[in-house]
Amino acid sequence: MLPTLSEFLQTDLAAILTATLCAITCALLGTFLLLRRQALMGDAISHAVLPGLAAAFILSQTRDPFPMFLGAAAAGVLTAVLSDLVRRYARVEPGAAMGVVFSAMFALGVLLMSSPSMRLVDLDADCVLSGVLESITWLGDTRSGSQSPSTLASLFSPAVLAAAPRQLITAAAVALLCVFAIAALFKELRISSFDPALAHALGFKPGWLNTALMILVALACVAAFEAVGSILVVAMLVCPPAAARMLTDSLRAQLLLSALLAALAAVAGYFAAAFGPALLGWNMSVSAAGMISVFTGLILAAAILLAPRHGVLVRRLRRLALAIDIAREDLLAMLYRLHESRSANPLTITHARAALGGGPIAALALQSAQKRNHVSRSRSDLALTPQGHAIAQGLIRTHRLWELYLVEHLGHRPDHVHRTAMDLEHHTTPEIASILEASAPPTAGPAAPLDPHGKPIPRPPTA
Amino acid sequence: MPDLFRILTLQSGHNAAVVLLGVAALGAAAGLVGAFALLRKRALMGDALAHATLPGIAAAFLLASALRAAGVGIEPRSLPVLLAGAAITAVLGIFTVHAIRRAAHPRIPEDAAIGVVLSVFFGAGYVLLSIIQVQSSGSHAGLKTFILGQAAAMSAADAQILALVALLSLLACTLLYKEFRLVCFDDAFARTQGWPVAALDTLMMTLVVIVTVVGLQAVGLVLVIALLIIPPAAARFWSDRLGAVLLLATLIGAASGYFGAALSAAHAGLPTGAIVVLCAAVFFILSALFAPRHGILARALRRHALNRRIALDHALRAIDDLARSSPIPTPTLDRGSLQRALAAFGRSASIPRLVRRGVLEPEPSGSLRLTPAGQRAAAAATRQHRLWETYLVARAAIPEAHAPHPADLIEHAVDPDLLDRLERDLNLPPS
Repeated sequence: MLPTLSEFLQTDLAAILTATLCAITCALLGTFLLLRRQALMGDAISHAVLPGLAAAFILSQTRDPFPMFLGAAAAGVLTAVLSDLVRRYARVEPGAAMGVVFSAMFALGVLLMSSPSMRLVDLDADCVLSGVLESITWLGDTRSGSQSPSTLASLFSPAVLAAAPRQLITAAAVALLCVFAIAALFKELRISSFDPALAHALGFKPGWLNTALMILVALACVAAFEAVGSILVVAMLVCPPAAARMLTDSLRAQLLLSALLAALAAVAGYFAAAFGPALLGWNMSVSAAGMISVFTGLILAAAILLAPRHGVLVRRLRRLALAIDIAREDLLAMLYRLHESRSANPLTITHARAALGGGPIAALALQSAQKRNHVSRSRSDLALTPQGHAIAQGLIRTHRLWELYLVEHLGHRPDHVHRTAMDLEHHTTPEIASILEASAPPTAGPAAPLDPHGKPIPRPPTA
Repeated sequence: MPDLFRILTLQSGHNAAVVLLGVAALGAAAGLVGAFALLRKRALMGDALAHATLPGIAAAFLLASALRAAGVGIEPRSLPVLLAGAAITAVLGIFTVHAIRRAAHPRIPEDAAIGVVLSVFFGAGYVLLSIIQVQSSGSHAGLKTFILGQAAAMSAADAQILALVALLSLLACTLLYKEFRLVCFDDAFARTQGWPVAALDTLMMTLVVIVTVVGLQAVGLVLVIALLIIPPAAARFWSDRLGAVLLLATLIGAASGYFGAALSAAHAGLPTGAIVVLCAAVFFILSALFAPRHGILARALRRHALNRRIALDHALRAIDDLARSSPIPTPTLDRGSLQRALAAFGRSASIPRLVRRGVLEPEPSGSLRLTPAGQRAAAAATRQHRLWETYLVARAAIPEAHAPHPADLIEHAVDPDLLDRLERDLNLPPS
């Protein structure tokens, strides 16, 4: 059962907006964390803000945002400082040092959360872990005179805006703060992320910048914990930036893309959780926060597989294309050698396929050679076309030049050089070939120079 | 308090004793296995796989409920069923981390991959839990206790399982001690020697999975990682030898479990997992502060002693200079000029201190003189410094005007026998 517009505006819109704003904030900060190889610190801070929050609740006895942010910022800074201390004195790796600090702090937070005074604030550790996204509603309050939204236009009326839920306003404020901070500190963040030594030498203060970044992450965690909980915040800090990283190299593009992908995950995840089961015929909705995390994971998986330059699929295809090219060149070289040895038996397709290793690569190589008109086929025999002959000549020349070079200059034994030359010949540029030729020993007379096996080295093919 | 004492001495009833011993066994196993994982730098993988257990628990429950509805005689809430699901997705989590690393190398570093698996699997677990909540009319069927732990619900059978797992880990680590040790410290060498490094790593992670999965009930999945990391890190402060570190990690883990569970039993509102981890953290802090060689206090004391010795050496040289600076050789030194000369060296080189050390003795006239011991010490300090200056000028091409400062730095950091060698090297007559 899909909701009406006014139902949607009152029960779902605020949650979607809050989740989206949190996701964008975390994605922007997470991009820098990923580049600075501090993704773990984001994980650590999101666990470690818990005692800060709990202390703030207990001391202020309210869910007022200001003490929460103070507590979280303090916890964030404390985590970074303690991690540094532990790293310096404990003889363990940096990741484990952080693990000691944040797991101990999280335990402290769980303990504080179970104290009786927490019951007044109506919050428990479970809420903090998973958030309460579904309970963020936009409803008017007759006491304060605010109204619930009923149409899209009514969203902009002051009475309705006054009823906007606290979590949405907090998320918006933190998002704005983060965007401002990143815009203002963009140059410094960029330099200190890519070259901390240079940043230090140029007079930027990488230490202060690091602390500032950690404080921003802590604030984002606080804003987000009410939406998606402190552990699922990690999903938003890591997955969209990682996906953006697979798709582009430019920092600005990464920031934009990670924000976009995070927003996409938030919206799609919420819709899937709230309305997906209904579409499938079940009368229920599942955890929105959980679904959002799952969607960030799915987006990352898609990016890893399908990214245009670094994706798994593209890399496999490139490798396949290279294998076909090499097999095709091997075919031409084979035909040349056959021709040179003045053998009476032509090369049949079956033999060629077997010699190239069989399988789809061999078949594709044969096809490719014919399509490029390097090889002509009469019934079941293969022969080089003139273009094919020229290319094959160039290949054999390179091969034999390499063999000569390996024996004369690198001291290889003549019976060891064939395999190496076979590998190298496919990757030799004309410049390298002329260097190889220049280093060959001069021959007396007009006869062609010989390779270590006594075969003549062909002239460069006339283009 | 008397309550706590009774609990600690296992006099407070069968249930409490069971919980105490069970959690202690868990702590011991976690400490032992975690020590190897820590040394192998795989400690945080435990965090990822602990969070990855949640969807397995929920899925196992759903599957078992469906099977029971179809007539199969299986109890969805039984521990073996849930833990089997937990183990399966934990292993899946490990594979996913490796898969991400391989597929996205080098653009996504390992800690990011761990964060991805940790959060996405956990989120999937929450989705499944919410399905269970709908099906079980509003309750999560008690499955949420696996997130933060509920040791109080431990039965004798569960405690026996924990003890068995502890024994199994001990056995495995003893049998594979040599292999694990080599793989932790020099896996490249192990590989060249033909040892099955990948298989050993898999075995190690399997032990981590087993310990994590049985620890879910006691301390919960979020905090199990703490038991795997904190006791071994604490043990590292006490020793450099692997055997000692393993033993200490096991003991600290067991002690954290024991005391933590006792405290949690004594005060009903306290969550067990959190208290156990905080006990471990206390042991960590104590180790960090008081361990005899690598502890912070020991280091500070050593540094302080070194600073005092350096100040004393410099003071002796200053006194020597002062004594030689007077036009007529006199062993008596005027108090005022002595004070001025020693002002730079702080309290450890003050006049009363030097008198107490037997370097100076006061004269009735108010000035001081060097004792015979003091004369020897001052001469030695000056000799040391001048030797190093000579060496730096003669062999290290440092201009003479610049020599005093580096000599100051070197002379305190090297052995005394080096000085004799230096003398011989410079062809100076021995003093």
